[in-house]
Amino acid sequence: MSRLEIRNLQVSVNTDAGAVDILKGVDLTINSGETHAIMGPNGSGKSTLAYSIAGHPKYTIVGGSVTLDGADVLEMTVDERAKAGLFLAMQYPVEVPGVSVSNFLRTAATALRGEAPKLRTWVGEVKEAMEALNMDPAFASRNVNEGFSGGEKKRHEIMQLELLKPKIAILDETDSGLDVDALRIVSEGVNRAKENNNLGVLLITHYTRILKYIKPDFVHVFANGHIVEEGGPDLADKLEANGYADYVSK
Amino acid sequence: MSLATTNYLTPTGREEAWRFTPLKRLQGLHDGAAIDGQRTSLVSKAALPSGVNFVRESLQPLASSDDVIIERVRGLTDDVSHLSIAANCELTEPIFLGRVLGALETAEFSRVRISLGAHAVATVVLENTGDTVLAEDLEISLAPGSSLKFVTIQEFESKSVYTARHHAVVDKDAQFKSITITVGGDVVRILPTVEFTAPGGSAELLGVYFATSGQFFEHRMHVDHAVPHAKSRVNYKGALVGRDTHTVWIGDVLIRAVAEGTDTYELNRNLLLSDGSRADSVPNLEIETGEIVGAGHASTTGRFDDEQLFYLMSRGISMENARRLVVRGFFNEIITEIGIERIQERLMDRIDGELEKAGV
Ligand SMILES: Nc1ncnc2c1ncn2[C@@H]1O[C@H](COP(=O)(O)OP(=O)(O)OP(=O)(O)O)[C@@H](O)[C@H]1O
Ligand SMILES: [Mg+2]
Repeated sequence: MSRLEIRNLQVSVNTDAGAVDILKGVDLTINSGETHAIMGPNGSGKSTLAYSIAGHPKYTIVGGSVTLDGADVLEMTVDERAKAGLFLAMQYPVEVPGVSVSNFLRTAATALRGEAPKLRTWVGEVKEAMEALNMDPAFASRNVNEGFSGGEKKRHEIMQLELLKPKIAILDETDSGLDVDALRIVSEGVNRAKENNNLGVLLITHYTRILKYIKPDFVHVFANGHIVEEGGPDLADKLEANGYADYVSK
Repeated sequence: MSLATTNYLTPTGREEAWRFTPLKRLQGLHDGAAIDGQRTSLVSKAALPSGVNFVRESLQPLASSDDVIIERVRGLTDDVSHLSIAANCELTEPIFLGRVLGALETAEFSRVRISLGAHAVATVVLENTGDTVLAEDLEISLAPGSSLKFVTIQEFESKSVYTARHHAVVDKDAQFKSITITVGGDVVRILPTVEFTAPGGSAELLGVYFATSGQFFEHRMHVDHAVPHAKSRVNYKGALVGRDTHTVWIGDVLIRAVAEGTDTYELNRNLLLSDGSRADSVPNLEIETGEIVGAGHASTTGRFDDEQLFYLMSRGISMENARRLVVRGFFNEIITEIGIERIQERLMDRIDGELEKAGV
């Protein structure tokens, strides 16, 4: 059982014109096995929340706390956060020229598991993870995200989720850019990770479509840098019908 | 025995060709102060297959040179170490050349020729190692239809000085590919130059340099498109770390008025891994005809990409390993072109080791 607790989190982004406040006090608790959906207008700060939890250097924590099973996440380096069990599937996965997917995955698995995976079982493990997400095995020898289509990048993120087995995963618009088949395949990957590892999920999305596959326990409406309403799955349908007008004007 | 200094113009550092080079560190190769040790260091490291000969003989230069040091070399010796590969000889294994008899107290003035007969195919690897002060006039002659992959690896010891011209003369439909790796030495200055003498030739000049702790590495290309329908590609990648480390990349490409149908592109990318290093990068494309297929250049110099490091670290990879992966990845594109696993691994390990030493 793991618990990610976000308390009154305030974050600013460093710009040429100085610091700009983005997150204005976010409170959220995610337990193992739970799925929380976050929905909110463009620019409201959803990715900022995701990146801040993962430790992106662009953001400055102004106040509040983030803990994972009581441990102070904000004190950890980016790699320590991953080792503690956090995973971020990025809205825009980064290309790393000259580094093959297989080398990358093996280096990551070695870091997270504390020892290099046995070569024999590892090759099979990667192959299986790729097949499960309908990825051509040829991707293993390609460079990380380089020349991947938008949908391929997202599959690659979820493949890593399955392989690296975190405790809590933040999925930032993993559904954007996926065709209908890929949406189902990727969702199944997330659901497998939930089932096999009792994964806790924070799922950022603009569409209810993915919520048909990955059933949220809670839906949070995010606007202007904080959570403005919380509810069950039916809140998502209400948002789809009415938009965010009620919330942004508040 | 000291050299006659009067016949040549000693560079002052104000000349375009010498404006970056630390002349004081050239051990007198440029001004005649270096003493000729009368050495010939180039050796073949294994038995040669049939069709291949390696002899010393007297040869006239293939092409003129306006480099002062090359002129000095030519003035001193017409004894040339000549590796020749017979016409139609297609070698399946690389030929390895190496160095013996190095010394720092005296200099070596070396002339080398590599010649491929018509339609010959070969890979030649020159491993430059040891303590040396070496000025070298290396000329490559590619007969029509021949194809050469020429790999030079500068892994000299830390006090060595190497100034050289690697000049290829590319005849009709011949293919020249050079991979120039520079990782060792105090001062290394190489002029990888190419001239096309008939249409249909191609030249691909690839390079990697990794300079640390005050090393000076200069690579000064010159590609002369003096005939129609030749193709050239230049791609050099460098990384620098440490105080007073300095690299220079000059990409002179000349498309003459007669050179219709020329296709050329040159690229130089530099990665600054710490403060106090300096990478000069000067692409220079001169185009005298508009009737070409393409001509372009790009040059970038930057630091580690935060987004790349963040992505890798977000998967549990430490900062140190993330940087190592990014640097390896940066060089990988060119190192893999060598096509010899043992050498590729040795180079990557060396780069890892240097990164570690530099505390990056
Ligand atoms: N470098 C920056 N300079 C100025 N503003 C910035 C900078 N980086 C982020 N912001 C702003 O921070 C706000 C929050 O951005 P964020 O990416 O978190 O939004 P989001 O909710 O994820 O939006 P979307 O739904 O479009 O993905 C935006 O208004 C954005 O313009
Ligand atoms: Mg976003």
